[in-house]
Amino acid sequence: MTGTEAGRIMLSVKNIEVIYDHVILVLKGVSLDVEEGRIVALLGANGAGKSTTLKAISNLLSAERGDVTKGSIIFDDQRIDQLNPSLVVKRGIVQVMEGRHCFAHLTIEENLLTGAFTRGGARAEIANDLEKVYSYFPRLKQRRSSLAGYTSGGEQQMTAVGRALMARPRMILLDEPSMGLAPQIVAEIFDIVQNLNKKEKVSFLLAEQNTNVALRHADCGYILENGRVVMDGPSADLADNEDVKEFYLGISTAGRKSYRDAKHYRRRKRWLA
Amino acid sequence: MAFFIEVLISGLMAGVLYSLVALGFVLIFKASGVFNFAQGAMVLFAALTFVRLIDILSETFAPILLSLAITIVVMIVLAIVIERLVLRPLVNQPGISLFMATLGIAYFLDGFGQSIWGSDVYALDIGIPKDSMFILESVFEGGILVSSEDLVATLIAGVLVATLAIFFQRTRVGRALRAVADDHQAAQSVGIPLNYIWVVVWSVAGLVALVAGAVWGSKLGVQFSLSLIALKALPVLILGGFESVVGAIVGGLIIGVGEKLSEIYLGPIIGGGIENWFAYVLALFFLLFRPQGLFGEKHIDRV
Repeated sequence: MTGTEAGRIMLSVKNIEVIYDHVILVLKGVSLDVEEGRIVALLGANGAGKSTTLKAISNLLSAERGDVTKGSIIFDDQRIDQLNPSLVVKRGIVQVMEGRHCFAHLTIEENLLTGAFTRGGARAEIANDLEKVYSYFPRLKQRRSSLAGYTSGGEQQMTAVGRALMARPRMILLDEPSMGLAPQIVAEIFDIVQNLNKKEKVSFLLAEQNTNVALRHADCGYILENGRVVMDGPSADLADNEDVKEFYLGISTAGRKSYRDAKHYRRRKRWLA
Repeated sequence: MAFFIEVLISGLMAGVLYSLVALGFVLIFKASGVFNFAQGAMVLFAALTFVRLIDILSETFAPILLSLAITIVVMIVLAIVIERLVLRPLVNQPGISLFMATLGIAYFLDGFGQSIWGSDVYALDIGIPKDSMFILESVFEGGILVSSEDLVATLIAGVLVATLAIFFQRTRVGRALRAVADDHQAAQSVGIPLNYIWVVVWSVAGLVALVAGAVWGSKLGVQFSLSLIALKALPVLILGGFESVVGAIVGGLIIGVGEKLSEIYLGPIIGGGIENWFAYVLALFFLLFRPQGLFGEKHIDRV
């Protein structure tokens, strides 16, 4: 586990193994915990298994012929690994998928409203929440009636997060929010995430390749490599770790390395994997 | 001039009926990406159920309304059964497998419907007036002859389309349907259950089939050939675009009008029977020059 202070563990992934198409083993026993009210980062390179881990939790794997074959996923002391995605949302976990996935032919406002689907027809409450989402993302209010397909990447990312909020989640699984966005927009989105975490008490599990930004905003993190967790700890510790600095943050202590040194790192990196 | 308008109107009205059948295809294609070959069979099955129930219930106080209600329930149950037995086991399979499955559904429904309800031609009388009338007598000498049966049919179709439009644009479930049509994985991620959406969309397609079957049936009698009007819907779809509700309507109207006008005005020159092949030749031209159809989905891509 991460930090020293005791928080209630909200989500606990226990030693899961995921196989795609009955043959491709992607996760080889991943375990992680998310405490209530935290922002937890899930870091790693392409293909490390970050998205797969999130999809295993939200159970969107079945749409990609993936299957959790071992281990369990526990949310609020109950197993959720056999629930269909709609029931997972009802329990309070919503995933914001990599690449935004807005409904291109729906307006921004309609996109947001689809997020409230599982909540049934309580109109007044939903209108209230819509205003709340607009207060976090004022830019969406200006563009409420444009088709989502014609908005910018940053606006789409905001729409995707806002849409997830409309389900009144207690935890959001946020997959690669920085993808393809300008650093300024990335910073804006991460600030909003932190804000939501504080004010709305939403916990976040955040998959990110941009290790730098993620560690700056998260409370703690896990590093995935090749379908396994190779390191975990509070963000500050991770950011200080020599290996993380070299492999993920691109900071090296000894200045520019020669080719021989690069080979040396490879050898050293192996103990991680 | 008056004669031309008369032909035009009768073409438009025939077109409305093609649109109705095409609409059922479009709904299912949009929401689940399945080309539902069974739409024609559903038209026949719904119409057969409807007409035979009227017979059975003729002693009750309101046979037409009662059998309408029961037929609606039957179509909804059919949608549930199809979702359970066909769509659910085939989820994530390639489109062609689903298409083949709908072929199976088509044959099953044709056979099943006729074996429980019989395979004769049944006259369907739902109280649509059959007489014709003259309108616009002040503008044209002698007025324009319009069949009131066609007028009522058009009215029914119009109401149906308007209702569907409101359903899709204004309701929570309608919005969810459009969301699923756009991106089904994203729809799942916000908790929209796909199974439920499929049942809804097949039910709606069933209702559209019922309306189409009732209107066609009251015109021509309920018989096996009803399931073949699905073949007329195909060129309508090619013309209008498989993913567009507007396209289905406009495509239907163009084909209806085109058929009638060409029969009347080109028939004497190149020989009759144009009505039978006009739609297909037009569709062929569209496939050559505008394969996405008039209103084919505008794919929004960010560059």
